[in-house]
Amino acid sequence: MSRTAPDPEALLSVRDLEVTFGSGDRVVHAVNGISYDLAPGETLGIVGESGCGKSVSSLAIMRLLPKPAARVRSGSVILEGQDLLDLSDEEMRRIRGDQMAMIFQDPMTSLNPVLPIERQLTEVLETHRKLKRSGAVDRAVELLELVGIPAAKNRLRDYPHQFSGGMRQRVMIAIALACDPQLLIADEPTTALDVTIQAQILELMRTAVTERGTALILITHDLGVVAGMAQRINVMYAGHIVERATTDELYGRPRHPYTVGLLRSIPRLDEGRGELVPIQGQPPDLSRQIIGCPFADRCFNVLDRCREEMPPLEQAPSAADEHLVACWNPAEGERLVPSGFESELAS
Amino acid sequence: MTKFIIRRLLLLIPILLGLTLLIFVFTRLLPGDPATTILGERATAENMALVRESLGLDRPLHEQYFQYMGGLLQGDLGRSFITNRDVVDDFLQRFPATIELSLAAIIFAIAAGIPLGVYTAKRRGTWVDAGGTILSLIGISIPIFFLGLMLKWIFAIQFPILPDSGRIDLVNYFIPRVTNFMTVDALIAGEPGGFIDALRHLVLPALALGTIPLAVIMRITRASVIDVLNEDYVRTAHAKGLRDRTVDGRHILRNALLPVVTVIGLQTGLLLGGAILTETIFTWGGVGRWIYDAVTARDYQIIQSGVLMLALIFVLVNLIVDISYAFLNPRIRHS
Amino acid sequence: MTGAAVSQPVEQQERSVGLWGDALRRMRGSPAAIIGGAIIIFFVLMAIFAPFIAPYDPTRGDLGSSYLPPSGEHFFGTNVQGQDVFSRIIFGSRLTLGIAVMSVTIGVTVGSVLGALAGYFRGWIDATIMRGVDIMLSIPGLLLAIAVVSWLGRGAVQIAIAIAIVNVPIFARILRGSLLALRDADYVIAAKSVGVGGPALLLRHMLPNAIGPLIVQATLALATAVVDAAALGFLGLGPPDPRTPEWGAMLSDTYRYLTDAVHLAFFPGIAIVLAVLGFNLLGDGMREALDPKLRR
Repeated sequence: MSRTAPDPEALLSVRDLEVTFGSGDRVVHAVNGISYDLAPGETLGIVGESGCGKSVSSLAIMRLLPKPAARVRSGSVILEGQDLLDLSDEEMRRIRGDQMAMIFQDPMTSLNPVLPIERQLTEVLETHRKLKRSGAVDRAVELLELVGIPAAKNRLRDYPHQFSGGMRQRVMIAIALACDPQLLIADEPTTALDVTIQAQILELMRTAVTERGTALILITHDLGVVAGMAQRINVMYAGHIVERATTDELYGRPRHPYTVGLLRSIPRLDEGRGELVPIQGQPPDLSRQIIGCPFADRCFNVLDRCREEMPPLEQAPSAADEHLVACWNPAEGERLVPSGFESELAS
Repeated sequence: MTKFIIRRLLLLIPILLGLTLLIFVFTRLLPGDPATTILGERATAENMALVRESLGLDRPLHEQYFQYMGGLLQGDLGRSFITNRDVVDDFLQRFPATIELSLAAIIFAIAAGIPLGVYTAKRRGTWVDAGGTILSLIGISIPIFFLGLMLKWIFAIQFPILPDSGRIDLVNYFIPRVTNFMTVDALIAGEPGGFIDALRHLVLPALALGTIPLAVIMRITRASVIDVLNEDYVRTAHAKGLRDRTVDGRHILRNALLPVVTVIGLQTGLLLGGAILTETIFTWGGVGRWIYDAVTARDYQIIQSGVLMLALIFVLVNLIVDISYAFLNPRIRHS
Repeated sequence: MTGAAVSQPVEQQERSVGLWGDALRRMRGSPAAIIGGAIIIFFVLMAIFAPFIAPYDPTRGDLGSSYLPPSGEHFFGTNVQGQDVFSRIIFGSRLTLGIAVMSVTIGVTVGSVLGALAGYFRGWIDATIMRGVDIMLSIPGLLLAIAVVSWLGRGAVQIAIAIAIVNVPIFARILRGSLLALRDADYVIAAKSVGVGGPALLLRHMLPNAIGPLIVQATLALATAVVDAAALGFLGLGPPDPRTPEWGAMLSDTYRYLTDAVHLAFFPGIAIVLAVLGFNLLGDGMREALDPKLRR
């Protein structure tokens, strides 16, 4: 997969993306050559522990990485045939917020505290849609109603602190959807919210992207969040994609030992008897050179070869098509969770 | 918002009361007897007693205080023990000079300090930033009187391009005093040349007085912008594809200026104190030098009224600053 | 549960030792702190060894050799009375540093006591002290100092007290602010929950953690004290004996002769700037070293 040409059908093709932080004697290799495709209207889940490179890789796609701390070393990010990494800052700015938009983790800090939400909505429309102020305000009301803000018209002049966390995230979604982007990236959109609110926000995002045919990249550390949302899932570990499959296939027959570990560590209601198995050890220090597979030290299936050579991301043996895994000794693919569990997790 | 302003105004009352009491007691603590000051060392005891009585100094302290407060409430601040001039008149005549100087200084400080702070913040970690930080640190370390003398030496003596003292060239311009703001009075008198001359006289004192506030404003702006640059909502603004200009102005600066506004208010106190030194060096007929002379001459009436009025101005400026802070910060406005 | 709560304050003390060690390590890495510290040490040595460094008696004038420009004989020239400016600057460091240290010590002590009372007891004590602080802060600092000097007199101690009075409300406010922020800290609540209270809580658990900002402010206050002392001297409110070498007074002696003898103003001015800059650099470096936000 990593060496293949970008799929012309795909909305987004990421190839060999590599991102480092810092310079001199302390360089952190945050993303180490990842490649994947995203079809128009598809929802892709990116799953992994914090620090695995899932947020960094998507900020790299948006070209929002902090400068000069972060550097995209190599790779390409092709949106509709156009390599975003080749664009000038100004060209990229025109795409951000218009063709692609992003929702962040913490709705408490992601909205500007000194501006009424009306302004924060209309400024996107004025920038990309060249709407006049009054037209932008009308559209802002529509958007707020769309994301389920009650009495939207009366709340335009309110400030972020006058909204609850869930409501603020709805406003963030409204801002992101303002220009009908083809691609929406949501970075842990529900992590900072109460559990009851989480489901509502996910449901809102699901209907919004389905109705508009928007492609969605949903980044999360929570396998429960992606289960009911994504058609396909990338599992990331230490800056690599270690497994990629459709949601059913991944939950049904996980092949990478890390994915197996993740699924085993989810608390489940139907198996009350101490089946929780945490993954031993810590993720590796990404500022050090890693030889071989970064998961080797924590792996229950480890071989000598794993410590010498990083396995490529390839079609898993005896698995469904396009189930890719980067492992020299993948798990058997035993069903860890009963079928239909994904929807149970998501509810 | 109205509630907020009313609450702040109510808070002023105990402060002002305390201030009058403090100043009153303090002036009575000063050594020396005003009667001696007025009559001289060799006055007879009867004459001394007469003067004390006429000044009300023979009455118990609390009565003197109430008398003083009563006068205050009617806008009567008494007369100078020494010149017998009305203190309010003297103050009003000199105060515009101090305001003119302080305004020029603070406008210079803000106009240069905020852009420099933003500029260095956006280039943090570079040599431009390091240089700016060192310069601003030197700026806050130069005493006004030393800077004033050096400016005077360079721009009025070595290269005589600016006047070295006074508020206007009295030989060439006769400006009738109307507002006592020299620049304004020159315009009223229809003397554009006088206006320019008044501005030229302002340059050096304003530079001397404004440099420390400039450095302070620059430092706080830099720190504040750096804080805001790391905020999530700035990333959101970039994710929206807004123009850099919009992100800088609407998202970064509006938030970063909140602490700067407070600091500008606090600089007023320094300006009023610094005015004493600046007015001395540049022979600027303002309030600062007037109060200083009163302290050395033990002119109670001027000290207590002058200090009270300066303090009142400081308190009012900070009230205005607090209100504009609340106006800029919706979280306070709504609480 | 009780065990966990008891161990909490102990942990905190360990962390506070860690904090100081960490702060010291960071200060060694801060160029500002190093340069500032070096400048201050330079002036302290100058003050201590003044009689050995100064080539002339700073008070002895010779009217026959007044107004000399800087030369190999008189590095910084001579003043109206023919006194050696270089020697006067060296001896002047004694008075300036002495006044600065004395005034900040008084200011910190009185201010901390007031701030601790306000921050610890709250209620009317707090309200009274803080209103007083507001009143003091509404009078321009230099004006207050001028007034106090004209009340107490012009000796070094009186000048130090005058400058201290300007600083008291600032220190009171800082300590109170830190204490209030700490009041709700988890480990303070934990200490209270196991019955630690009263002065022990204040002295053992709260003060050590509130002291960082106070030390930074004290260092910066030394800078202001140097300026204020010089400003008083410049205005003629310095030591009454005109022979006493004092940096600010040296400037005011001579500013009328600026046209002919700029060196008379220049060298003492540079001495003041350097000393102030030294304290400011040191304070800045300390603030960065102690700022928890930068410890990430």
